[in-house]
Amino acid sequence: MISQFFVLSQRGDNIVFRDYRGEVQKGSAEIFFRKVKFWKEDGHEEAPPVFNVDGVNYFHVKIVGLLFVATTRVNVSPCLMLELLQRVARVIKDYLGVLNEDSLRKNFVLVYELLDEVIDFGYVQTTSTEVLKSYVFNEPIVIDAARLQPLGPASIFMQGTKRMPATAVTKSVVANEPGCRKREEIFVDIIEKISMTFSSSGYILTSEIDGTIQMKSYLTGNPEILLALNDDLSIGKDGRSIYEYRSSSGSGAVILDDCNFHESVRLNSFDLDRTLSLIPPDGEFTVMNYRMTQEFKPPFRINTLTEEAGALKVEVIIKINAEFSSNITANTIVVEMPLPKYTTRVGFGLEPGAVGQKTDFKEATKRLEWGLKKIVGGSEHTLRAKLTFSQESRGNIIKESGPVSMTFTIPMYNASRLQVKYLQIAKKSSTYKPYRWVRYVTQANSYVARL
Amino acid sequence: MAPPVQSQRSPSPSQPSGKGEVSDLKSQLRQLAGSRAPGVDDSKRELFKKVISHMTIGVDVSSVFGEMVMCSATSDIVLKKMCYLYVGNYAKVNPDLALLTINFLQRDCNDEDPMIRGLALRSLCSLRVANLVEYLVGPLGSGLKDNNSYVRIVAVIGVLKLYHISASTCIDADFPLTLKHLMLNDPDTQVVANCLCALQEIWSLEASTSEGALREREALLSKPIIYHLLNRIKEFSEWAQCLVLELVAKYVPSDSNDIFDTMNLLEDRLQHANGAVVLATVKVFLNLTLSMTDVHQQVYERIKAPLLTLVSSGSPEQSYAVLSHLHLLVMRAPFIFASDYKHFYCQYNEPSYVKKLKLEMLTAVANDSNTYEIVTELCEYAANVDVTIARESIRAVGKIALQQYDVNAIVDRLLQFLEMEKDYVTAEALVLVKDLLRKYPQWSHDCIAVVGCISTKNVQEPKAKAALIWMLGEYSQDMHDAPYILESLIENWDEEHSAEVRLQLLTAVTKCFFKRPPETQKALGAALAAGLADFHQDVHDRALFYYRLLQYNVSVAENVVNPPKQAVSVFADTQSSEVKDRIFDEFNSLSVVYQKPSYMFTDKEHRGPFEFSDELGNVSIGAESADNVVPANRVEANDQDLLLSTSEKEESRGPTHDGSSYSAPLYDSSSALVSATNSLSELAISNPTSAGNSLSTSLAIDDLLGLGLPAVPVSTPAPAPLPPPLKLNPKAVLDPGSFQQKWRQLGISLSQEFSMSPQGVAALTTPQALLRHMQGHSIHCIASGGQSPNFKFFFFAQKAEESSNFLVECVINTSSAKAQIKIKADDQGTSQAFSNIFQSALSKFNVS
Repeated sequence: MISQFFVLSQRGDNIVFRDYRGEVQKGSAEIFFRKVKFWKEDGHEEAPPVFNVDGVNYFHVKIVGLLFVATTRVNVSPCLMLELLQRVARVIKDYLGVLNEDSLRKNFVLVYELLDEVIDFGYVQTTSTEVLKSYVFNEPIVIDAARLQPLGPASIFMQGTKRMPATAVTKSVVANEPGCRKREEIFVDIIEKISMTFSSSGYILTSEIDGTIQMKSYLTGNPEILLALNDDLSIGKDGRSIYEYRSSSGSGAVILDDCNFHESVRLNSFDLDRTLSLIPPDGEFTVMNYRMTQEFKPPFRINTLTEEAGALKVEVIIKINAEFSSNITANTIVVEMPLPKYTTRVGFGLEPGAVGQKTDFKEATKRLEWGLKKIVGGSEHTLRAKLTFSQESRGNIIKESGPVSMTFTIPMYNASRLQVKYLQIAKKSSTYKPYRWVRYVTQANSYVARL
Repeated sequence: MAPPVQSQRSPSPSQPSGKGEVSDLKSQLRQLAGSRAPGVDDSKRELFKKVISHMTIGVDVSSVFGEMVMCSATSDIVLKKMCYLYVGNYAKVNPDLALLTINFLQRDCNDEDPMIRGLALRSLCSLRVANLVEYLVGPLGSGLKDNNSYVRIVAVIGVLKLYHISASTCIDADFPLTLKHLMLNDPDTQVVANCLCALQEIWSLEASTSEGALREREALLSKPIIYHLLNRIKEFSEWAQCLVLELVAKYVPSDSNDIFDTMNLLEDRLQHANGAVVLATVKVFLNLTLSMTDVHQQVYERIKAPLLTLVSSGSPEQSYAVLSHLHLLVMRAPFIFASDYKHFYCQYNEPSYVKKLKLEMLTAVANDSNTYEIVTELCEYAANVDVTIARESIRAVGKIALQQYDVNAIVDRLLQFLEMEKDYVTAEALVLVKDLLRKYPQWSHDCIAVVGCISTKNVQEPKAKAALIWMLGEYSQDMHDAPYILESLIENWDEEHSAEVRLQLLTAVTKCFFKRPPETQKALGAALAAGLADFHQDVHDRALFYYRLLQYNVSVAENVVNPPKQAVSVFADTQSSEVKDRIFDEFNSLSVVYQKPSYMFTDKEHRGPFEFSDELGNVSIGAESADNVVPANRVEANDQDLLLSTSEKEESRGPTHDGSSYSAPLYDSSSALVSATNSLSELAISNPTSAGNSLSTSLAIDDLLGLGLPAVPVSTPAPAPLPPPLKLNPKAVLDPGSFQQKWRQLGISLSQEFSMSPQGVAALTTPQALLRHMQGHSIHCIASGGQSPNFKFFFFAQKAEESSNFLVECVINTSSAKAQIKIKADDQGTSQAFSNIFQSALSKFNVS
């Protein structure tokens, strides 16, 4: 049972504030914001998504820098509340096309209208964009997506796939584009997040792929869709420990540990031909989530060397090898490494002719940062960093520095080899040829090489 | 809305502000009110937007109430909605003005557009003004009968709103009965779901005063209603499904077919992408199978993968909520998750609240096969830049060391921590090494060698310093420098701010004195003098006590301050198993995230539909007498904590670590003595005087130090060698209730792991096979469960000549051919002998 729902900006202003049951005091937004901001005196620890202040439970999720918050006095299911907050944000995004502080402020009346239909007296009524369409009358004021910096999840597809209309994913599901007929199209995105830990000797300690198939449909008339996945896909149902690697990479089937599906997905013929059938609801939704711990080829190898170069000097050499095909390019790569506390200065040396790379030593957090705009498959990049210490290293400098971590995005690449073989739209007319986009992207979730 | 807080903040450019603007709005609204000019609706929209924008940021715009109502005469639905929103917000504070709105709302309730009817009805019920309720009954009555489902959906919630404004009006109009009828007959599932919400709330609130409501509330859990809802479950929206599942989780099935039907029906809900649906389903599965140990364990196996998928697929917030639940399950049944330990490794970018949960889970699942990897991983975190997590990781290593049987490797790691030369790492490691030595005194040589090298200057944290000093005192005969280090510490007595450290110092120097008198005498004198002059009462008293004791008789003093000690077998835990069970009962609620039962953070009236009600709990236990349940399993059902191997071993018998006000309980049975001294010696070490089963008989120590060390007339607990041969009573009887009680009370006296014969493993296809075999060896089973490869048994046996019991928890993993046993015994001295009998019995299984 939800007592209040509100959205706060980064500075703590109310953008919308809806009280459903009048059980929680009015100042709750401020109490909440103060609590989140000053969770621990040192400010290092983040506030957990659920906490209780004076008998009021506060739930929050952070989305594009905004805080979506719900309050209640009742001992409810935290999973339900957090899922709901996420879903409310998604519905709003379906309506506004782009979800950010600006679009939310411009459309707050529409958001109130949505909130009235989504929740009544604290009970969830619906979060389906499709159902809501018939109850909601405000027209979204669409903000110009072209002005936006290419940030956020929608933008990860932008580079590398030039044919994609730039505004496609930021289009409102409900608003008609001025002047022209609504374009019939459907997007299927296979997004994979890699977690990988290398031991100091380069051996893979743990690896996992968390994948999701997202769909966003702008098709009229809700046609049925068939989504065919790899024939050799299997879902591990045997009780065996999933860490007993069953096959080496490169050969054999794609074996998922487990997966789950959206409500609308029918699995009638899944066992037979690995096909999902569904009637996609309007808006953006997750068709399937999957998890895989089967061994796979890491896209990057990281090598780190340290060399003593005098009493107060150490040289660190970080080498990155891109182990994917040369027609694929990774972008927005950042390599980070925490350095010993007593590091005072870092001199950087990049390889000759390096373009689009920048290096930085974050004094406050004692971190080395190396950013690369892009890395072409098959290439190797090296960074030399000369560290100067204020005191003689007491032990091994490796023990005093953190592991090397890496973030990246690789469009049109997926590590699991799970594929959408075809996307079929069941509609009789032969002239009906909607645009179908199937896109892959791989991102680093936690990509760490220990020293 | 909040009072005008706006003034304190710097107004953002996009937000309106100030009082002046409100009066501007007022006059503009007034101008538009009567206007029928074209485009007037657009101007109204702009104005309304401004008003609502003010309202959002907390500016009081109630003064334009009249104007807003005047402007609301419009056919523009967007305008209407804005107006309703405004009215709903301010009606409560302006009850007189609210009356103005009744008219147009009532009119709209009869509009031909169902959208308008629904909206008007919703707003009408949202006014929250008590003296307007008479206007609600009529529209609500017709709303519930409306042929449009949207209107009915709104009307049902409207009834609930009415109930909260005026319960009597709602009851008098017989609305609850109408809702009940709708719940069972309406074709629209959202109407049904809303009826369920409303009825649960109304009947729960009424139940305290009305017998009828209580019955009605219980009737919601009757088979016909549950089945009615379950059969349609896939038509419900995902949120309504959660609601139904929450109800089903409280349902008490009539027999096992009922249970399996329900589970089969809900099986695919575990594959839902919505975590809320999955968690609600998991709760149903767990609750339904509470009385069936083996199925219950299968449920754990079944839900593992879906939960892990949810943890890794959602937003960080969602995965935290799921992880909290997984944490609870891991703590209850760590052995089921032992092979999944890699999922609990921390990722470097996770927030610390997630890492903390994961560290606890890693600690819990550590067993013989994975400890090496887990500890290696934890050691990586210990070098982490995040100091909090580094500390937690070291503590986790220590906990694993304390719960393991083979600690060789771990001790080495801990000692490496000491050599890392990071202040906080050293501090944490010292505390751990101290605890480790209390449990495994045999490691003292290795540890002392390393600890001896630590300079006290590098140890500043009181806890760590106290630990180091304790070791200096305890092992002063082996540490060459001990008297001198202590002496230098005593010289700086005045600079030592922590009383804990000073107390420890007194005890350590006294202990050292008994072992190396000539070297320590001077330091002891100085310490006693400083202690007597100490302003801290406890320090002063202890110094005085030692002084008098030494004066009286040095050898008596030695027996008091430094008696031979028994190793601590189990450290007390903070959370009782009752609390843990309570949290489990409240699965899928905030209790799990907060790790507290709901009564600790919520008022009675807000515990909501998730509260575990006692009467239901009893019913579910009563229901196990259903004939399909093997009698031996019953105990399991009554006492769910038998399945959790965490709480039982952490059972605390009362004394806690800071038990300074603890007064010695009276032990009347001699069998309790050993365990009593056990827990006392642990107490004694954390409060650094020592006591325990001193060999000299009567030490009349009173509670001078507040340490509550009883004079222990211990008949020397038979040390293990050469006990008389143990005979067991073949016809032993123990009722499940007493078993449970004993299991809770006794500490683990022995915990072992050993291999099973291949023949034995091969024969263990069902738990029953082993039961008969063990019975032949006078070892009786009281509960069993599990499925291949994990089986779990609870056995008991009795000594032939006296009624002294042995209780055994035995976990057998057939794939690794390993058996783990935990023995609790009335007479701990004979547990090893019993263990031998048990092992030999087990090894003969299927051999002959």
